[in-house]
Amino acid sequence: MAFPDRIERTVELAHPPAKVWAALTTAEGLGAWFGNEAAIDLRPGGSARMRWSEEGYTAHMQVERVEEPAVFGFTWHIFGLPEDDPRRTYVEFTLEPAGAGTRLTVTESGFAQLPDDLYRKAYDGNTDGWAKELGELAAYLDAA
Amino acid sequence: MPPDAEALAEADIEAVAEQVFVALADPSRRAILAALASGGPATATDLADRLPITRQAIAKHLALLAEVGLVTPEPGERRRVRYRLRSAPMQVAQQFLAALARDWDGPLGALKDHLDRSAHGPATTPHPSRPGAT
Repeated sequence: MAFPDRIERTVELAHPPAKVWAALTTAEGLGAWFGNEAAIDLRPGGSARMRWSEEGYTAHMQVERVEEPAVFGFTWHIFGLPEDDPRRTYVEFTLEPAGAGTRLTVTESGFAQLPDDLYRKAYDGNTDGWAKELGELAAYLDAA
Repeated sequence: MPPDAEALAEADIEAVAEQVFVALADPSRRAILAALASGGPATATDLADRLPITRQAIAKHLALLAEVGLVTPEPGERRRVRYRLRSAPMQVAQQFLAALARDWDGPLGALKDHLDRSAHGPATTPHPSRPGAT
């Protein structure tokens, strides 16, 4: 069993890179095919979000690479992990001209990153802290 | 990270995920973990009262789960050992599931449709799909 760290897909699109780029990097584009609604500050370090209204789910992204019209990269939260988990995967779209169209590759990597040791300690410390605090609350209520 | 540390990390993460999945493959252990998750730390006796599993079998499963670090024994009342669920290994296993549950084919298909629609006529209602949803 190999822990899948990286997912990769390539699709051929019958549209020029400039058009594909707009679909990937504008609020209007992302909100039309990916989520239901999107906002994006298109610069490295800028933030973006996408909302899926039916599921009531919002993804928060951080833009990492903007090399128009060839590379667009962002990080986002690992789906299914708690909101406060600091681990994120990196998503990168690369666009190559292919005839009159575009060869689009998407890679998402970082699924197999090991939880940081410090993080693990902080996390365990946090749950211990909660148990302790609940214990203290119980003791306080017992005394009252 | 140097390559050695990376290889070690990968071995670690695989080992942790495997232990979680092995533990979850057994219905009794699944019931015990679910009871600890929903009800909080409990002794073998508490669990035997709540589950259709003998106390003896529960004690055996708890010992195994503690050995692989999925539960932590801690001192409880009347010198009974209480077991608490450890969430860190579960989150490692969840990463594995996140990779399996990630759906890029759906969104890429939607992108293709979106581009074709906007090229050939007025936009119609899109059918977005959330990555991770199946």
